[in-house]
Amino acid sequence: MIRIDSVTKRYPDGTVAVDRLSLEIPDRSITVLVGPSGCGKTTTLRMINRMVEPSEGTILIDGKDSRQQPVNTLRRSMGYVIQNAGLFQHRTIVDNIATVPRMLGWGKEKARARARELMERVGLDGSLAKRYPYQLSGGQQQRVGVARALAADPPVLLMDEPFSAVDPVVRKGLQDELLRIQDELGKTIVFVTHDIDEAVKIGTMVAVMRTGGKLAQYAPPAELLSSPADAFVEDFLGTDRGIRRLSFFPSAGLRLLTGPVVAVDATAEQIAARETAEAPYLLVTDVDGKPLGWSEPRQLTAGSVDIGQLLPYGRPFVAGTDSLRAALDCAVLSPTGWAVGVDTEGRVAGVVSQQAIGEAIRGAHAQGLTDAPVPDSKVG
Amino acid sequence: MNILNFINAFFSDSAHWQGYDGIPTRLGEHVQYTLEALAIAAAIGLPVGLVTGHYGRGGNALAFIAVAGRALPTFGLLVLMTLSLGFGLVNVMIPLVVLAVPPILVTTYEAMRSVDPAPVDAARGMGMHEVEVLFRVELPVALPLILGGLRSAAIQIVSTATIAAYVSLGGLGRYIVDGLYQRNYEKVVGGAALVALMALGTLALFWGITRLTVSRGVLRSN
Repeated sequence: MIRIDSVTKRYPDGTVAVDRLSLEIPDRSITVLVGPSGCGKTTTLRMINRMVEPSEGTILIDGKDSRQQPVNTLRRSMGYVIQNAGLFQHRTIVDNIATVPRMLGWGKEKARARARELMERVGLDGSLAKRYPYQLSGGQQQRVGVARALAADPPVLLMDEPFSAVDPVVRKGLQDELLRIQDELGKTIVFVTHDIDEAVKIGTMVAVMRTGGKLAQYAPPAELLSSPADAFVEDFLGTDRGIRRLSFFPSAGLRLLTGPVVAVDATAEQIAARETAEAPYLLVTDVDGKPLGWSEPRQLTAGSVDIGQLLPYGRPFVAGTDSLRAALDCAVLSPTGWAVGVDTEGRVAGVVSQQAIGEAIRGAHAQGLTDAPVPDSKVG
Repeated sequence: MNILNFINAFFSDSAHWQGYDGIPTRLGEHVQYTLEALAIAAAIGLPVGLVTGHYGRGGNALAFIAVAGRALPTFGLLVLMTLSLGFGLVNVMIPLVVLAVPPILVTTYEAMRSVDPAPVDAARGMGMHEVEVLFRVELPVALPLILGGLRSAAIQIVSTATIAAYVSLGGLGRYIVDGLYQRNYEKVVGGAALVALMALGTLALFWGITRLTVSRGVLRSN
């Protein structure tokens, strides 16, 4: 465990970057330091591997003062990932990744074999091994940066705004990849970002810092969203934190109706049978059970459904896996006010109304956040 | 008679290809002066430029030294040295080294300063010693520019080493000085042509060294 114990960083000109910060970083989890620029989050991270020396206070690593061991030994026990990756442009990808193992005295072949193994782990094609950094996209370079940090299998990973310089789509991919890798490896990760959405998405614990290097709140993301400590944290979380908090409620409790669902090739009798008081609309699916769109029952003609006339169904949520946020988003996107739940194959599992989702949200509030958070993979 | 005729006459005279005043001897002397001066200048300029560039300090002092070095008239320095020290190779080496140090020093410093700070930060963060950071991270990236500085210095030395002849030493300058004295313009032009050829050869040599020593990853990304 990393323990930051009333650490202060004061520069010779009197600027205080970090002010008596205390933080316990749990093992095998992702701790995110987040805050506006100038809040001292990067300085805090860099004090852990002594790229910046604290002016006051101590940093304990597994109970030992980080100043007890030689600085380079300390740094080699921690992977370090920075913005724009910082790859060595004169080395091939495989040799970039093999850097720390080589520094630790591994043989060339063993280090390269390890590097290739890591390329696979971070989702890089093996054909890139002999390329140079200039031949890779920003996202690929960042994957190399992560692989390089993991090469010597350090227990700790320090990441300084690693995904800030790539576009949102690539960033989402990198975040998902990091969560997947973390599931497999269980590192102690300290992650700095200025993006609160990123913090909430990947953090097990989130430390919100304010200008002047003070800790504003240290809590799991769901708690941060439900009960911000003060106006600064609330402001920093943004306007739609209620909606975002729904990411932490599972959709598994929603009662999906299968009544108002008809196949495109349904007969007049089948359509008439589906017409119930439960729902004013029917969801039309293709013959495989995938959603096509909504329609009022009397506008459906058996045998000749005009797909172009159907009302849009929004973006379906994966029933049980996705959160209430995804379900609500789907209901809001459709003019009918109904959400479509699908299975992992994309076939309709059932439909649910905004009212029913609203009841589920109220129920979840009443129950509190006792359920384990679910990753929200549908709605950013 | 035009210059081409002079050159043709000079190079086709078999007497110019042998003996102590033959082209091979004079060319050998010229190469020797150049290599010696370049080696001494590099031994001074490279370490100072690498270290100051790595730590990012002393840039103003370097600029001052460079301007002062360039302002010193090479020929005047040669005469001064000869008057105070008597005849000898050292008198030639000092002005040539003074001429060659500034481009090496300043370019090396600038090359090290222009290295992207991100990989350097990453290298320190992964626990590299400062010496490793300098030689394994910064130098390979700065190398093309540093070689460029050495190349400028080498070419300046090649063209200026002709002054050795003024103080009774050898080298290709011999043909120019003697030719002028003897009013033998065939010799003057021939000597000058040899100096120009040697400068071109130096360019080619540095092109080859760059291709061999600089990583493809660096050559392509710049």
